[in-house]
Amino acid sequence: MSKGLLGKKVGMTQVFKEDKAIPVTVIEAGPCFVVQLKTVEKDGYEAIQIGFNEQRESLVNLPIKNHFKKAGVSPMKHLVELRLNKGEIENYQLGQAITVEIFSPGEKVDVRGVSKGKGFAGGVKRWGFAGFPASHGSRYHRAPGSVGSSTFPARVIKGKRMPGHMGNCRRTVQNLEIIEVIPGENLLLVKGSVPGANGSVVLIKEAAKLSTRLKKK
Amino acid sequence: MSKIKVIEEKLKNKELPLFKPGDLVKVHYKVVEAGRERVQVFQGTVLKIRGKGAKKTFTVRKISFGVGVERIFPLYSPRIAKIEVVRKGKVRRAKLYYLRERVGKATKVKEKRMLETSGVKVAEKLDEEPKEEVKEEPIKKRGILRGRFHPRSQKANSKKKTSES
Repeated sequence: MSKGLLGKKVGMTQVFKEDKAIPVTVIEAGPCFVVQLKTVEKDGYEAIQIGFNEQRESLVNLPIKNHFKKAGVSPMKHLVELRLNKGEIENYQLGQAITVEIFSPGEKVDVRGVSKGKGFAGGVKRWGFAGFPASHGSRYHRAPGSVGSSTFPARVIKGKRMPGHMGNCRRTVQNLEIIEVIPGENLLLVKGSVPGANGSVVLIKEAAKLSTRLKKK
Repeated sequence: MSKIKVIEEKLKNKELPLFKPGDLVKVHYKVVEAGRERVQVFQGTVLKIRGKGAKKTFTVRKISFGVGVERIFPLYSPRIAKIEVVRKGKVRRAKLYYLRERVGKATKVKEKRMLETSGVKVAEKLDEEPKEEVKEEPIKKRGILRGRFHPRSQKANSKKKTSES
């Protein structure tokens, strides 16, 4: 649980690998800087705080400015904390830069981002309900249908899938393969799609739930 | 999008001829059969070219033993060893779907005769899209556009008219 980077989703394209076209998402990741070291003695657990996307000093207030000053880096727009295993903190120093080179092709990662907002969505879009006949005199098309039984339990069961707000929430896509790492451009090519619009910030982390079969590879 | 273009530009490492829908082309396609690689040639009329950048594909149609066969090739696929343009076609559409309904002689696309050479322009990269020039419009400030400089002012309009006439 140690490797992680913040990046910006650039967009999608395809590359050819072993003569096969692979859909990839291009992420401009890092360089991130270690802003804070959290230790067992002081904080009760070990973690690093990393920052991404530098911004002007005049845009931040004094407490934040000084927080970055302690690490000797310029203020950054995005901060995130990464939990470390015990003892791993010794590998990091304040102000240290973390680049895409921590990842290598073939590795599996989890990518977390804020998904695109869909607004108030109905059951068909939000939960994949099949809907009702579109024609043949049907006047009931995309409505959710029955939401429960009447006399018993005489209420709607908790967690019933209903229309409501969809998207614009934090989502993680697990076990995406890294296809290519381009250190010069700070680019990561990840197989498949990742949450969020182009230009949104994503967190790339080492895969948390690798199956044993994948781990052996 | 420029970062994506950097990646896509890498794909364009092959010299591909310039071809358009209606052209008769030979596609030399690498096929792996029983662990052995050989080159297969697919000759037919280009039905359409779609997509842009790395995702560009083209469809080739031919009549094989009386049955129409269409194959879609990714333009930048490493499997494509070579593309030859046999004949330029004279067509007035970008998508030649009307060929699908035609049988026999009617499927033939008229040849485009080139004036200077009947040969084919080769070694031109296909994906040369005309570069869009970024027009820098001067920032219009309200204060400056007052009076006769205002686009709706009569003086300015009359001046325009005179210049036009």
